[in-house]
Amino acid sequence: MIRIFAGLLGVVLCLSAVPGVAESKPESERFAETLAQLTTRSFSEKAKVIEALAALNDERVPSVLESLLDGRLYYRKSDREMLHVEKRDRALLATAVLSGEVLGEVGKRSVKKISVNNALRRQLRGLIAAFQLQHKAADQRMSAAQEMIKSPAAEYLEPLERAIAAESVPGVRRRMETARSMILLDSEDPGLRLAAVEELRGVSDKHVMTILTQLLAEDGTGGAGEKDAAVREAAQDVLAGLHTRARIYKFVEDLFFGVSAGSVLLLAAIGLAITFGVMGVINMAHGEMIMLGAYTTYVVQLLMPNHIGLSLVVAVPAAFLVAGLFGVVIERGVIRFLYGRPLETLLATFGISLILQQLVRTIFTPLNRSVITPDWMSGSWEINGMLSLTYNRLYIILFSLGVLLALMQVLKRTLFGLQMRAVTQNRPMASSMGIRTGWVDAMTFGLGSGIAGIAGVALSQLTNVGPNLGQAYIIDSFMVVVFGGVGNLLGTFVGAMSLGIVNKFAEPIVGAVLAKILILVFVILFIQRRPRGLFALKGRFVED
Amino acid sequence: MINFKFSGKRRRFIGPLVKTLALSFGVLAMAFAQAADTIKVGVLHSLSGTMAISETTLKDTVLMLVEEQNKKGGLLGKKLEPVVVDPASNWPLFAEKTKELLGKEKVDVIFGCWTSVSRKSVLPVIEEMNGLLFYPVQYEGEESSKNVFYTGAAPNQQAIPAVDYLMNEVGVKRWVLAGTDYVYPRTTNKILESYLKSKGVAAEDIMINYTPFGHSDWQTIVSDIKKFGSSGKKTAVVSTINGDANVPFYKELGNQGISAEDIPVVAFSVGEEELSGFDTSPLVGHLAAWNYFMSADADVNESFIDSWHSYIKDEKRVTNDPMEATYIGFKMWAKAVEKAGTTEVDKVRPAMYGITVPNLTGGTAKMLPNHHLTKPVLIGEIQEDGQFEIVWQTEGEVPGDAWTDFLPESAKIVSDWQDPKIKCGNYNTETKTCSGQNY
Repeated sequence: MIRIFAGLLGVVLCLSAVPGVAESKPESERFAETLAQLTTRSFSEKAKVIEALAALNDERVPSVLESLLDGRLYYRKSDREMLHVEKRDRALLATAVLSGEVLGEVGKRSVKKISVNNALRRQLRGLIAAFQLQHKAADQRMSAAQEMIKSPAAEYLEPLERAIAAESVPGVRRRMETARSMILLDSEDPGLRLAAVEELRGVSDKHVMTILTQLLAEDGTGGAGEKDAAVREAAQDVLAGLHTRARIYKFVEDLFFGVSAGSVLLLAAIGLAITFGVMGVINMAHGEMIMLGAYTTYVVQLLMPNHIGLSLVVAVPAAFLVAGLFGVVIERGVIRFLYGRPLETLLATFGISLILQQLVRTIFTPLNRSVITPDWMSGSWEINGMLSLTYNRLYIILFSLGVLLALMQVLKRTLFGLQMRAVTQNRPMASSMGIRTGWVDAMTFGLGSGIAGIAGVALSQLTNVGPNLGQAYIIDSFMVVVFGGVGNLLGTFVGAMSLGIVNKFAEPIVGAVLAKILILVFVILFIQRRPRGLFALKGRFVED
Repeated sequence: MINFKFSGKRRRFIGPLVKTLALSFGVLAMAFAQAADTIKVGVLHSLSGTMAISETTLKDTVLMLVEEQNKKGGLLGKKLEPVVVDPASNWPLFAEKTKELLGKEKVDVIFGCWTSVSRKSVLPVIEEMNGLLFYPVQYEGEESSKNVFYTGAAPNQQAIPAVDYLMNEVGVKRWVLAGTDYVYPRTTNKILESYLKSKGVAAEDIMINYTPFGHSDWQTIVSDIKKFGSSGKKTAVVSTINGDANVPFYKELGNQGISAEDIPVVAFSVGEEELSGFDTSPLVGHLAAWNYFMSADADVNESFIDSWHSYIKDEKRVTNDPMEATYIGFKMWAKAVEKAGTTEVDKVRPAMYGITVPNLTGGTAKMLPNHHLTKPVLIGEIQEDGQFEIVWQTEGEVPGDAWTDFLPESAKIVSDWQDPKIKCGNYNTETKTCSGQNY
């Protein structure tokens, strides 16, 4: 521990910034005095106090800085005693900073949080990174190195050198070396700068790109920023390599965005591919089935607040059942009377969609509900410094493929699937073979609705859970099903993916609004050429 | 067969239907009978449809204020009687419901509207029938109607100070102006762009991006912002993204690892209520500019929050800026009615000018002759609990400017309904004329 603070001392040398702290007093007393000044309201004052704190050689400093960064540092209003506070089930549990005494629960109104702003957070992160470099856990050291790559500063150089010498994990050491080279780019000695540039060759990182661009940028007088020709040349060369790689990664990233947009379309449309594609019901309430699934996720999370990660897994079958049940009720209650009359079905299901929306507004209020994203679904997978894929999108791509495959198996391999296909292909014949067509209709509609409900679970992680959730997806769903070919799951898959990818490649060029319009125009023109979509059904049972 | 069944059912419905109709006529008749001894307060907020999410709260706020006023004995010795209608997020319906409120219900004042398009649809009706509307939401300006009092922020009371804060206090050099594609963001961004350019920001340091309503796939745009922000110059996003679309936007920012320390986002449409809809931990440090935050440290604010909680019977409900604007509007109207001694629009309107009421952040709001207010501008950083930490605020109150000075076509226009030489909402200082149109 002592070693850490020796390092910290080296980092920040600003003892006299805060007036009123006499240097002759014992360290612990100075700590208490400096700490007390954190109660100031001014953020610039706080910055000075934090700097002074970090310079103190007291073992309580790092925990104070971390608490401050996490918003866990409070003070008691009555006597200005500093407290570390943990939140547990809406109660505040306090520990005194100075004495380390556990105080237990404190009243919400009796304490006040010491607030920080962005500038202070950046300052704290930098200070914490400096002593994190020596941390026992490799991931802590890694995040410290990342922090320094993000904002390289000369004062990190010395602790970095020491950390690199002691580092045993190769991956972490490489990041530290990158950080060191980035700092050295700012050194006075052209030889050091050249070595630093050479060391950065081959590192794929957007921060490296930024710092090299800055190095080569013109200075205020119009001359080159980097004075040494050899360094300039090397830097230009390295930067050109980085730009080439950046273009490749950008393409990969766009492709990922496209596939992920496609997978959302697929999820939204796949239920409709059953109710509209297979059964031929123009189901305007499809979006509301998605919404019901999303609200089911919310309710499941309310029921199991301590297992947020697990709640999503539970929500999938729950949403399937809830939305499926609503589907069966709607089919039995309304749609079965309207088969063969598409216009009336359209109006009736539109009415149902409005009823469901208002129902949800009445039960859950019109306000959006907050569905918590579990830890394993947030953040991104950093492949390297230039390419990272977000986890939530990654899981949703896998999930949508899983749903598609499962559904295909149900249709192909199960008795219900067989009956369903029989009924949609030739109703009188199926009926005379002893299939209860009415029951199959209800179950098919229930299946389509249930799958829409499952889509709702996934979408609750991407967008708002509110009464209007479904409306945003209804048009897209119809577009995908019609484009892909009515009655064909493979068509829905190809349709969703191609529309998603085209959209995402068009978006950076023409903007989000125009991209959407262009896609619609494209689909309309395409349908003019091929009215049955990409994968048209062929054979005797195709009615005309 | 089926048709027969339906018609059979229909007949059974007729009986009760007639009864309900008769009953409601009865209620209406009673309402007319009461009209003489109450002051009617119209509430024109959507209670269903897309905008219900924001507007329902304001309806409750007006009802709470009416209840409080009645506990104090009402106004001019009469009780206040709220008349609530539901324009259902349907813009033309706003005009019809206004007609109903003014023509049939004969209300003395209306509190209502949220979106600019709903206000524009109400304007012709309220001017023709000489009603009085209090509009409580921040908006793009470029309007000053004789019959409307704008108690929300004009652009110079929200957007411009927020940009000033980023420029001077945070040192932002590169700007992303991101908005939803409709009138408020388009106008605001036009004003901001010309303001930034007047401050010496180069065109290549401004990126403007529009997205459709309810946009939910922000991957590409966030990745573009990330790229735009990696030039080494400090970058910030000024967001006029509307309501719902913010949630996936912020989620994507968090997932792609953009923290407020790297690229702060300052939003003009994200308040406490919007934040209560989602998990705010990835958003900590992002900014919002408003004239009121629930966290404002003032006694009058604490008692407002307490009475809101006891009225709505839910300790978790938050308060927000449009609620404060409604509060100020209501208090001003009440004061003006007492000053004028009547609820007659033509007497109340002149009584409004110069009237002051305490706002909820510890200052004073004053009604200007251009129908806008003086307001403090606060910048808040989002905290983990969905509240805002106020990190900056203007010295004193900023007077609202109906016609912005940063667009050449509106810089020469002023609004003054008090000065007898002007007396209009769009006086051109160059040609010395009013345009004839009232708004």
